Amino acid sequence: MNDRVLQKPLIQATNLFHSFSEGEETVHALRGISLEAHAGEVTAVVGPSGCGKSTLLYLLGLLDRPDHGEIHLEGESVAQASDQRRTFLRNQKLGFVFQFHFLIKELTVCENVALPLRKAGVPLKTATKRATEVLCKLGLEDKCKRFANKLSGGEQQRVAIARALVHSPALLVADEPTGNLDSTNSEKVFELLLKFALGEKIAVILVTHNPELAQKCNRILRMKDGQMIKN
Amino acid sequence: MKSLNLELAWRFVLGRKRAMTMSLLGIVLGISFFVITQAQTSGFEAFFIRTILGTNGAIRISDRFQDMHGTVRSSSKDGRTKFLFNSREGARYTEGIENPVLLRNALDHFPQISGISEILQGNAVLSGTSRSQTVEVHGIDPSEHMMVSDLENQIVQGQLNTFDLQPKSVLLGNRIAQRLLLQVGERITLQGGTGNIQLRIAGIFETGVSQIDKSRVYIHLPIARAFLGKRFSGSIFQLSMFNPKKAPEISAQIQETTSHRVISWQEREQVWLDVFKALRISSAITVSSILLLSGLGIFNVFAIMVIEKTRDIAILRSMGFKPSDASAVFLWQGGIVLTVGIILGTIVGILATYTISKIPLRIRGIFSTDSFMVNWDIAHYAWAILISIVFVSIASLIPARRAAKIEPAKIIRETL
Repeated sequence: MNDRVLQKPLIQATNLFHSFSEGEETVHALRGISLEAHAGEVTAVVGPSGCGKSTLLYLLGLLDRPDHGEIHLEGESVAQASDQRRTFLRNQKLGFVFQFHFLIKELTVCENVALPLRKAGVPLKTATKRATEVLCKLGLEDKCKRFANKLSGGEQQRVAIARALVHSPALLVADEPTGNLDSTNSEKVFELLLKFALGEKIAVILVTHNPELAQKCNRILRMKDGQMIKN
Repeated sequence: MKSLNLELAWRFVLGRKRAMTMSLLGIVLGISFFVITQAQTSGFEAFFIRTILGTNGAIRISDRFQDMHGTVRSSSKDGRTKFLFNSREGARYTEGIENPVLLRNALDHFPQISGISEILQGNAVLSGTSRSQTVEVHGIDPSEHMMVSDLENQIVQGQLNTFDLQPKSVLLGNRIAQRLLLQVGERITLQGGTGNIQLRIAGIFETGVSQIDKSRVYIHLPIARAFLGKRFSGSIFQLSMFNPKKAPEISAQIQETTSHRVISWQEREQVWLDVFKALRISSAITVSSILLLSGLGIFNVFAIMVIEKTRDIAILRSMGFKPSDASAVFLWQGGIVLTVGIILGTIVGILATYTISKIPLRIRGIFSTDSFMVNWDIAHYAWAILISIVFVSIASLIPARRAAKIEPAKIIRETL
């Protein structure tokens, strides 16, 4: 605990408010949320459906902007940073894993994983080498040249994790990363995610409905109606 | 970065083989049809122009006119602004050229003129062994006339050289020879003018212009002068030019300086030239519609693809792809289809044009040909490519802009 207090937070969100339109209704998804996460720490966000967990992740992942409040990533104010800056930060500092793998079916497994590196300007050979290394660590070394849609659900999700971690982001944002998997695969994928992230000192904030998986995280944040009810 | 967008575009194109092949086919057919139709219409037009230049020359100078009261003058009170209009309505015409030598000297000041042939025209009755018909006699100097016409190549029987060496010989249009059953070497009689003359047929020519082939005969100029009773004047000049396209402006200058009636080939053949122009434009519009349809096809494919690829675009955006990258992926796809379409369309266009040029087709009337005439002009390919670029660019741009506007958070939220 003392270490955590002394360490500067990797990401710090303060008093976040966010609403969006759903048809003619306005959904107030977040109502004054504050949190912080540190490097090498795994934080689980839990709560009932519609409580604003995913919205919180999109704000922390710089995919959306809060209506009010501030987000600091490695000390830099990013909530209202320019689109160009936020795009750059997403490429350099952030990794995403979603409930659905979102792999590009026209690309091979290795090409999918190498995409963030290629986008960052890493040469093809280097990016491919690094992607292969990460895939090896996740037990997918024999699937490198296969097309993503030829893999099983568990394998596809592991590829998605590899893609999120390949560029060693500072923060990994995962929205129910095992939500689409059966219990065996779910546990396996989750273990791999934790092992890899912790090994690379990556801060992880993940949303899960699975209490057993949440228990394996360093911290659990409980949300209800857009507010944090327990830290 | 550009190469990554291009690489993604290439993969997306390969992932939609059937739809992309149909779009590609549209571009290939559009470009090749455009090239083929333009090559044909302009081929026939170019051949027609060659025929008329080779038969009646680029410019014809005929009657002399004298300005009687056709000049309108006006000037402002202070004398600064002056206007002068020459009206032809009050002109008095004298048939034919009055003084050919003086006119030749005047034409020496026009370096654009490459040849001058003096022609004396008149009518006569031509009698063969059994039949006769009215003909249009053209008295020419053979060596001079060769400079302003394609007569040498129009000879289908006999020799131009024989005509050149024998003053009392004649060249007949092939339709006259067919009608009167005349052969090279036979004798004919021309009646009219000042009496009768007997001439030997030195050759038979075919211009392809049926009006000429069935009525025109060439004889030597001095013989024509004696036969038609016009010793010194009454002739016309047929001119050739280094650049026949400039005939209208040179004609106007000659008319102003020599006070003779001057007609360029463009003015003379305006009706036919307008017909060819209308055909060319109409075929271009018709064939452009194929390119337009292929553009609509591409728009359709890309519009659907943007909808299908929304999630992929959203995830690419989450990885740090900019909105401009998302649109670039779609623009590159358009670029790939367009490039392949242009290359294949051009190849198909060249092969089809060559094949068409070998198809037998007998045409007589305004020119003489036994096969399809095609014109190999790079401008046809340039126009076809330009039109396809415009259509495909528009077709790609709209979906590309839509792709750039995709908000990743919204798409991911709606997907899950």
